[in-house]
Amino acid sequence: MRSICLYFQVHQPFRLRTYRFFDIGADHYYYDDYQNRRIVRRIANDCYIPANEVLLALIGEYGSAFKVTFSISGTAIEQFKKYTPEVIESFKRLAKTGNVEFLAETYSHSLVGLNDPDEFKRQVEEHATTIQELFGITPTAFRNTELVYSNGIAEQVFKMGYKTMLTEGAKQLLGWKSPNYLYFSSPHPRMRVLLRNYQLSDDIAFRFSQQSWNEWPLTAEKYVNWLDSVDPKQDLVNLFMDYETIGEHQKAESGIFGFLRAFPEQLIRSQKWTFRTPSEVADELQPVAGIDCPHAISWADEERDLTAWLGNDLQQEAFTSLYKLSKIMATCTDADLHRDWNYLQASDHFYYMCTKWFSDGDVHQYFTPYGTPYEAFLNYMNVLADFEIRVKEYAANQVVAEVIPVTTEAVAKMNAIPDGKSPTVKPSKTKVKAVADSDKKPVSKAKKEVK
Amino acid sequence: MKVLMFGWEFPPHITGGLGTACFGLTKGLLKHGVDVQFVVPKAYGDESQEAVRLINASDVTVMMKDPVFREYWNQITYMEIGSNLIPYVGPEDFQQMVSENTNTVVEESGRVFSERFQFSGKYGHDLMEEVARYALVGAAIAANSEFDVIHAHDWLTYSAGVAAKKISGKPLVVHMHATEFDRSGENYNENVYEIERKGMVEADRVITVSNLTRNIVIERYHIDPEKVITVHNAVEPPEHAELQNAEKRVKEKIVTFLGRITFQKGPEYFIEAACKVLERDNNVRFVMAGTGDLMEKMIRRVAKLKISSHFHFTGFLKGENVDRMFAMSDVYVMPSVSEPFGISPLEAMRSNVPVVISKQSGVAEVLNHVMKVDFWDVDAMADAIWGLLHYNALNSMFITYGSEEVNNLKWESASRKVADIYESLL
Repeated sequence: MRSICLYFQVHQPFRLRTYRFFDIGADHYYYDDYQNRRIVRRIANDCYIPANEVLLALIGEYGSAFKVTFSISGTAIEQFKKYTPEVIESFKRLAKTGNVEFLAETYSHSLVGLNDPDEFKRQVEEHATTIQELFGITPTAFRNTELVYSNGIAEQVFKMGYKTMLTEGAKQLLGWKSPNYLYFSSPHPRMRVLLRNYQLSDDIAFRFSQQSWNEWPLTAEKYVNWLDSVDPKQDLVNLFMDYETIGEHQKAESGIFGFLRAFPEQLIRSQKWTFRTPSEVADELQPVAGIDCPHAISWADEERDLTAWLGNDLQQEAFTSLYKLSKIMATCTDADLHRDWNYLQASDHFYYMCTKWFSDGDVHQYFTPYGTPYEAFLNYMNVLADFEIRVKEYAANQVVAEVIPVTTEAVAKMNAIPDGKSPTVKPSKTKVKAVADSDKKPVSKAKKEVK
Repeated sequence: MKVLMFGWEFPPHITGGLGTACFGLTKGLLKHGVDVQFVVPKAYGDESQEAVRLINASDVTVMMKDPVFREYWNQITYMEIGSNLIPYVGPEDFQQMVSENTNTVVEESGRVFSERFQFSGKYGHDLMEEVARYALVGAAIAANSEFDVIHAHDWLTYSAGVAAKKISGKPLVVHMHATEFDRSGENYNENVYEIERKGMVEADRVITVSNLTRNIVIERYHIDPEKVITVHNAVEPPEHAELQNAEKRVKEKIVTFLGRITFQKGPEYFIEAACKVLERDNNVRFVMAGTGDLMEKMIRRVAKLKISSHFHFTGFLKGENVDRMFAMSDVYVMPSVSEPFGISPLEAMRSNVPVVISKQSGVAEVLNHVMKVDFWDVDAMADAIWGLLHYNALNSMFITYGSEEVNNLKWESASRKVADIYESLL
């Protein structure tokens, strides 16, 4: 029997409130609680709760023949706890069935994997701990934010102990090859890679209710037919999408819930297909070839690259300004700062600054709470300016107070790591010192003594 | 194709954007093989005639004995009443203008049936009478020349356009650069409103400079949406290219407002935003260039807020000085309460100055690489100014993509649309 891997991404960022420059230094709360609560509650009602019910029913009826996979970001989990605890309960019920795999990812749905290996690792660990505490399951397969993937990221993830990863079956990656096999990472052959079949995934995620589509309406029969007509030698179809597809992007009126129930049923009954989770796929299938990915890819837009988040000057400036703080934050034990550090890293903030949609995709405009990317940038930079002031104040105070355990640990950590790391590590290290130096003289002294 | 066009002003004698727009449009039309005869109330002799043949209305002889004219005159005399309005205040001193015109009225009144009338070419006290006379001239010209389409710009010329249509039977296009609601808010002048409405009712097509204006035309003048077409304005390349690098004489950043200091342009919002920025950053200077009936009030407000040391008034600027002002600016702000189009942000962007514009402007419909704020939202306006002064990436994005965006707004393509409208009427 051939395998279907059905995976849903669940993510909600903490959207920022309108934060003016005159708030900088005066007000340290950055989030639009009203919007966040409203949106999370709406999507819980329209999507998470009813869709979970459908999946529970499928599991109830077909047992181990039906499997499903989720990744839930840390910021989504926090908002569920805060605004819709029933969503957490619902996912717990799914977890209890044993037919659901939860994937590892960065806690804040961030792009940190692109530039800071230490912070990347910390976030993945924080996320894994959260999932373990909540569902009693330790993730064994990894998917990066927005399926961002490269050889370098695969290596970092492999070092964290994960042997399975998900990414996009992007054309620039595959060329003539098919996404419908299990692959491995060429530089790290023990790392298994599952590739998204974007054609069949987007038939559901983007086109399902599009009446201008010549295949509309998409019925379960038609869809199963398409799956059946996949070359019989190809033994795996990966359907990866946002969970919000079900009931939010594709509204209930479009019949998406009926479809979600019907197509797995027909596949299972046909006895030609079985549902598997990524870790099962990695264990049971043989990889056919290696994939080599020197430049990062993602599942976004036509380009399948990073330009949705880091494509223009605004995004670059915001991104570098944020990660200038990562060395101080690496040693930070302040709970409030840590929380904001997590929330501000969410890739969504950079996505809102994308200017590509001036010419093409209105997909971007659908997701952004801002009128224009420029407003998004302005607001984020104001918030970041305040955050930076707080972080630097914290760093200065830490050294003055001679909190020895933290500082020595931090210094040791900083000195231990720089083997073959990217050059960005070193300048930020000196930055810590520079900050301390410029703020207060006794500070630098204390620092040296500690060292 | 030949077009008989009625305007009120033509470069270099301009008081607002109307003359500039007419010039750009006629130049563009020439490229599409449209021959334009442009009628202005008063020609000074030094107008640019590269694109048009300019007709001075003052030189036209009207034979009042002709029953056609007489009949038309009888129809339009009512327009003389209620003429104590200043619809479009020019740079000249308000007081002076009124007294000057009072003299003229005394001198000229009772000479309606004389053969020639000396138009002042200004907006003023006896405007309604000028409008009425201009209509007569329109009829006279229409009777004596060859053309295919009549095109009238703004209400001042609509009566002339309608008269020309009546005499010649040729199709009429009226062009709405601004409505009475834009100029006066809700305290609009009913006579002006009526002239505008009649002109649009009589016209075969109405061109509006933005969808914002189009909506006003449809909703407040009840004009058939079918015949109202939006043609966004464009901008000509700069005349004084060498000034692009004009040296700045102060080390602070400069934030500029440039326009008439009137209710419509929202100068007070600029001042409130300036105050908010200055509270936090003293390293900025704000400049308000232009004059208008609210100028004194604005000066008092600036003094009251105690920001005079960083807030400057330049008075009216023209030609080269406008370009120089742009070249010195780091941010340009157009906080208009109501702006049918608003060409000045395009001029600023052309000079590589990032701009903040109000959402209540027609130009916001065609620009992406600008900050758009509600005119009343001074917090957002201050924040946008702050961002442009402090976050380099924003500046560089605006400069790179902004000038590209403006360069794509060519009169050549705008006038193509106008030429298409003419053709649809033949």
